[in-house]
Amino acid sequence: MAEVEETLKRIQSHKGVIATIVINAEGIPVRTTLDNSTTVQYAALLQQLIMKARSAVRDIDPQNDLTFLRIRSKKHEIMVAPDKDYLLVVVQNPCE
Amino acid sequence: MPGKAADKHRKGQGRPSGGRAGPPRVLRAAPKKRDDDVSTEAGDVADAGAGGKALVKPPDQLELTEAELKEEITRVLKADNPHAPQNIVRYSYKERAYKQISHVNQMAIHFSYNGNLIPKDSDEGRRQSMKSTTGAEKAPAETSAETSEETQGKDEESTGDTQAAGEETAEESGAAEVAETAEDEEVPPPKKPEKKLANQFNFTERASRTLNNPLREKACQSEPMPCKDFSSTVNQWEIYDAYVEHIQKMEKEKEKEKSKSQAVKKEEVKKKERKFTSLEFQSNEIAKVSKVAKIMERMVNQNTMDDIIQDFKYFEDESDEYRGQKGTLLPLWKFQYDKAKRFAVTAISWNPKYKDLFAVGYGSYDLMKQSQGMLLLYTMKNPSFPEYIFSSESGIMCLDFHNDYPYLVAVGFYDGNVAIYNLKATSQPSHKSCAKSKHTEPVWQVKWQKNDMDNNLNFFSVSSDGRIVSWTLLQNELVHTDVIKLSVEGTAAQRPEGLQLKTLGCGTSFDFHKKIDYLFLVGTEEGKIYKCSKCYSSQFLDVFEAHHMAVDSVSWNPYHSKVFISCSSDWTVKIWDHTIKTPMFVYDLNSGVGDVAWAPYSSTVFAAVTTDSKAHVFDLSINKYEALCTQLVVSRKKNKITHVQFNPVYPVIIIGDQRGQVICLKLSPNLRKMPKAKKGQEVEKGPEVQIAKLEKLLSLVREPANKTEL
Repeated sequence: MAEVEETLKRIQSHKGVIATIVINAEGIPVRTTLDNSTTVQYAALLQQLIMKARSAVRDIDPQNDLTFLRIRSKKHEIMVAPDKDYLLVVVQNPCE
Repeated sequence: MPGKAADKHRKGQGRPSGGRAGPPRVLRAAPKKRDDDVSTEAGDVADAGAGGKALVKPPDQLELTEAELKEEITRVLKADNPHAPQNIVRYSYKERAYKQISHVNQMAIHFSYNGNLIPKDSDEGRRQSMKSTTGAEKAPAETSAETSEETQGKDEESTGDTQAAGEETAEESGAAEVAETAEDEEVPPPKKPEKKLANQFNFTERASRTLNNPLREKACQSEPMPCKDFSSTVNQWEIYDAYVEHIQKMEKEKEKEKSKSQAVKKEEVKKKERKFTSLEFQSNEIAKVSKVAKIMERMVNQNTMDDIIQDFKYFEDESDEYRGQKGTLLPLWKFQYDKAKRFAVTAISWNPKYKDLFAVGYGSYDLMKQSQGMLLLYTMKNPSFPEYIFSSESGIMCLDFHNDYPYLVAVGFYDGNVAIYNLKATSQPSHKSCAKSKHTEPVWQVKWQKNDMDNNLNFFSVSSDGRIVSWTLLQNELVHTDVIKLSVEGTAAQRPEGLQLKTLGCGTSFDFHKKIDYLFLVGTEEGKIYKCSKCYSSQFLDVFEAHHMAVDSVSWNPYHSKVFISCSSDWTVKIWDHTIKTPMFVYDLNSGVGDVAWAPYSSTVFAAVTTDSKAHVFDLSINKYEALCTQLVVSRKKNKITHVQFNPVYPVIIIGDQRGQVICLKLSPNLRKMPKAKKGQEVEKGPEVQIAKLEKLLSLVREPANKTEL
């Protein structure tokens, strides 16, 4: 447990990292470093997006699976690492 | 038939009841009881008839004077019905519009009653009278008699009790009435008509009702069945998952069946398994996130170190073209860990399976400052933090990955112990040598061997105490066997008898031949290199008077089976043919050489690190005399670089220093030149080419062997 905590802490302290959010399978944010409303918005939107992306990947090849999704936007990069039960979302500003 | 007959009787009765004038028909003699009944009725009627003659006034009649009574009131009666509606509108289909109906029916009927009297002279009357007369003559008396008998039977029962009951029965059924009238007609007494009339007014109805059971309605509603709407779309992968799950289930069931046969033993195992699974479940959820977190950390690193990754992957130093043969080393990442800062890097080794993973052993080369040690595993994917962290009580001096089990690391400690770390297990070494069998001096190198005859894992270690020990892993225990003891003068037998001192040589490094299984080299602190065989524990195959100071590293060439390289603190690097006692090449690097390593991609390329913090890269096929690249790696004072290793796949080397830092450097294109195609010849590849390349060089050296030594 502590190991995970440490890893998350390291990620958060990394250069340019704006937010880390952990979302559970129902799309409920479990842990966040953002304010409530933004977190909820991120959680709701990304949950759907990930489901869609995963089903796209798996539809093409059922033995395949989605392991990572990164969205490069003008302002920053949203990285989502999906798991069976959780989504780990990190928002980073890579240009910083 | 009886019904019809009754009907006829009633019709016939219509006339006699009105005027009592019909010809009496004799059907049968009425019973006496019937007579009594009739007489009592007649008496009642007579009483009522006496009262009926008086003028009856309603009590609330208006009292009017004579004049008022005589007053004439004129009323005009019109033919119009005052209640008739005036404005009826109906839809006319003909004209397709609502139209007022002009003709309204003005007739109002206040009372209508259909009498049952039929005038004698009318057609109907005549017909009936005709019928009755003919019916009386023709119809057999029996039919009517039957009906009357039935009715009589009924009457007898009912009238036998009370008179009231008799009356009720008279009302009750039409059939009974018919019977009565029939009897009336039988016996027509002259007074009867009057009595009957009178009786009509004195009629009292006595009705009684049986108690009806009150209707009760009892409704009850059951709780509605729980129901749920479920809808979903099925994807291909959902179907696939379902199948996979099913297959797994089947397999489990099979296993269960198997286990049933070995019931007793398995049960214990199962209990254990259950415990494990419960534990796993708890840790699993965390582990899952940790896996994702690990990926995420790498990605975040990738973003921040984007330029370095680009360098690593794509950048080739184009200035190499203008440097002639020279090359450069481009520093990429620096691997650092706060807790390891005070240690020196004493060993580094790439993982044979995961090409981006390497292990770093931390300890100290300073005899006076020995403390703890550390084993870290870094991956190039995450330079900011080690992948695995193990700390040890004593400084680590050497380590080696197992080739077939890349999760096993053999480690030698400063205190003479050896241990095996299992990366799959947690924090502590899974196996460690015991105090009895351990080396008495620091272990300078460990190396995994092929599994022995019984397929047990085993590795060799060399230490300053002069022993080379083979460690075999037997059921969670490290069993040691001394392979060889290094004696200073080569063989113990050569020493004078009186001086049987155990002056053993101090092994500092060794390397096993890639192809000849038993052959290996040992470098010692005295500067000698022994060629040994695993088979002879007391004799050496050969002794090379290699260096004047401790041999820091020996290493067989990865391609050429006869060639090995050695380096020493006496500033030299030497390349040998193990069949020849003198070195093939000698290089003086102007500083103590800490480590030397062959490149995996070429038989003629090697790198060496010296204590003045410089890295030297040689390619013999290009320049036999000096290094293609000599570069300062760390600039800080009091810092020395200690070890170097080539990555087996990527064109990078890692170099460790005394401040716990590992630097990854990229070899510029000049340092990894492959033979170019000449005159349309195809470029040959493979180990044969590499061997030939080195052989060619060696052949130049062999004959005028003295030349090189100059």
